[in-house]
Amino acid sequence: MTQEYLELTQVSMEFPTPTGPFKALDKVNLKIKEGEFVSLIGHSGCGKSTVLNIVAGLYEATEGGIILKGREVNEPGPERAVVFQNHSLLPWLTAYQNVELAVKQVFGGKKSKQEMKQWIEHNLQLVHMSHAMHKRPDELSGGMKQRVGIARALAMEPEVLLMDEPFGALDALTRAHLQDSLMEIQNDLNNTVIMITHDVDEAVLLSDRIVMMTNGPAATIGEILDVTLARPRKRLELADDPQYNHYRAEVLKFLYERQRKPEEKAA
Amino acid sequence: MTAIAMNSIKFMLGWSMPFLKFFKGDIPKINLKPLLISMGVPIVGILTFLMFWSALAPKVETSLGAIPGPLQVWEKFGTLVDEHQAEREKERAFHERQEIRNEKKLAKNPDAEVKTRPYTGKPTFFDQIWTSLYTVLTGFVLASLIAIPVGIISGLNKTIYAGINPIIQIFKPVSPLAWLPIVTMVVSAMYVSDDPMFDKSFINSMITVMLCCLWPTLINTAVGVASISQDLKNVSKVLRLNFFTHVFKIVVPSSIPMMFTGLRLSLGIAWMVLIAAEMLAQNPGLGKFVWDEFQNGSSNSLGRIMVAVIVIGLIGFMLDRMMLSLQKWVSWDKNADIR
Repeated sequence: MTQEYLELTQVSMEFPTPTGPFKALDKVNLKIKEGEFVSLIGHSGCGKSTVLNIVAGLYEATEGGIILKGREVNEPGPERAVVFQNHSLLPWLTAYQNVELAVKQVFGGKKSKQEMKQWIEHNLQLVHMSHAMHKRPDELSGGMKQRVGIARALAMEPEVLLMDEPFGALDALTRAHLQDSLMEIQNDLNNTVIMITHDVDEAVLLSDRIVMMTNGPAATIGEILDVTLARPRKRLELADDPQYNHYRAEVLKFLYERQRKPEEKAA
Repeated sequence: MTAIAMNSIKFMLGWSMPFLKFFKGDIPKINLKPLLISMGVPIVGILTFLMFWSALAPKVETSLGAIPGPLQVWEKFGTLVDEHQAEREKERAFHERQEIRNEKKLAKNPDAEVKTRPYTGKPTFFDQIWTSLYTVLTGFVLASLIAIPVGIISGLNKTIYAGINPIIQIFKPVSPLAWLPIVTMVVSAMYVSDDPMFDKSFINSMITVMLCCLWPTLINTAVGVASISQDLKNVSKVLRLNFFTHVFKIVVPSSIPMMFTGLRLSLGIAWMVLIAAEMLAQNPGLGKFVWDEFQNGSSNSLGRIMVAVIVIGLIGFMLDRMMLSLQKWVSWDKNADIR
């Protein structure tokens, strides 16, 4: 029997509130293969971030569990590196030092000082930040900060890379740039990635599979769409591609017909 | 040549350029306003205060004569400087005499035992300032060494904070005068030695200062630590930072502004408390100077006390500026508006 790389089994989550428990997630089942890029998409408040936080180990599922490479996930760790929505760089450290903190934590004792330095510089170069690696976050633009955040996560050589709306706070052009960079990196490294997004184009462009989630409370997986577009994908070429537009339409239909937001239905 | 001369004049008189330009008549009104606010207004404020002081002071008659005005106080300051110099001269003469005497003794009999006695003249106003500064800084540093770690730990852990909080809230408002008798009794019972390194009176006022200035640093540090953003805490969790790395890489840097707010409040309190403690504990220092002058009750006393009051104020201000510079130096955010 071949074991799945990452497996979410019957994951449910309840948050205690003053008016009784609030069921955010209900029986989420998902299997992810090594090297697969999976997007989670859904309306805001549908529990996408909760799923990611459970995989990261920051939340503990009330029911069900997660198995990564045959081990149960029950606490956070660098093998499940997270790229946070608002970069979460330490503002008192330079880009280099931010990555260094992670590298020291993961490779301390395993790599020599020189090797660590090269590894840090290599990762900053991957995200095209070599020119500004000794600047502090407040001297960097939003896109650059997020690049450093990605470099920090990549530098941990994670088994799964978790991205929580990584480009959500960026303007459209910067976002496109970063998506291209991410595809380029993904081409070389072939990481296993779970990305949360609310951007349909982003999901279709980047993913191997798109997991569409129903609305909360008690959100779960509605549909899963396999995206079989050939890689490397080019943004401009795909714009006229019927296959691409078909995928887009599928996701849009799910979001705006089957999972219209409750308040919109009422209106 | 003239250009160089002009530049060097500009350099030397840089601060007065706005005035010079103004008198030359080529000053736009916009430049004058910030200058007026930054320099003019405070000067006007001080002058107004001095005016009221000199007008009202002579009207208040006491058993020691009228309250001195600014000019008399300034004169008293001059007397205190003179007294200080006279005392130093005496001290120098004393050591000189002693040396000559010892040399003579040695010349007569090389094996003679020579004693070098310290000078025992009375401390002047300026000696008292040094004693006070030394006491306050020792108490403050000791308090900070306790308050910062305890603050960090209680900020990190809600349970510990809940346990410590009532104690803080009860002891925080206690006046130094209430602590002093207890401290005095405890110190005289515990600190017994034939050759004490410190005076008991010094230990008394130092510990009283410490007890009173623990709290602001402790509370502010705890609040600062407790309000670290969840994102940064998550980063720390994902990286599996150990306790010490977490504290030194994430907790301390992000709570430095709050910590310093606490430290500055603490130092202010320490300085206020010290003067009161010195008056009561009879520890040499500015407080004792004020008390002695009050007991002395000569016609000069009020003026000399007023000099002390102003000096106490100026030193308190200076101590705060010192903490501010320290904060600017350790703070990672050099652009932050720290005031």
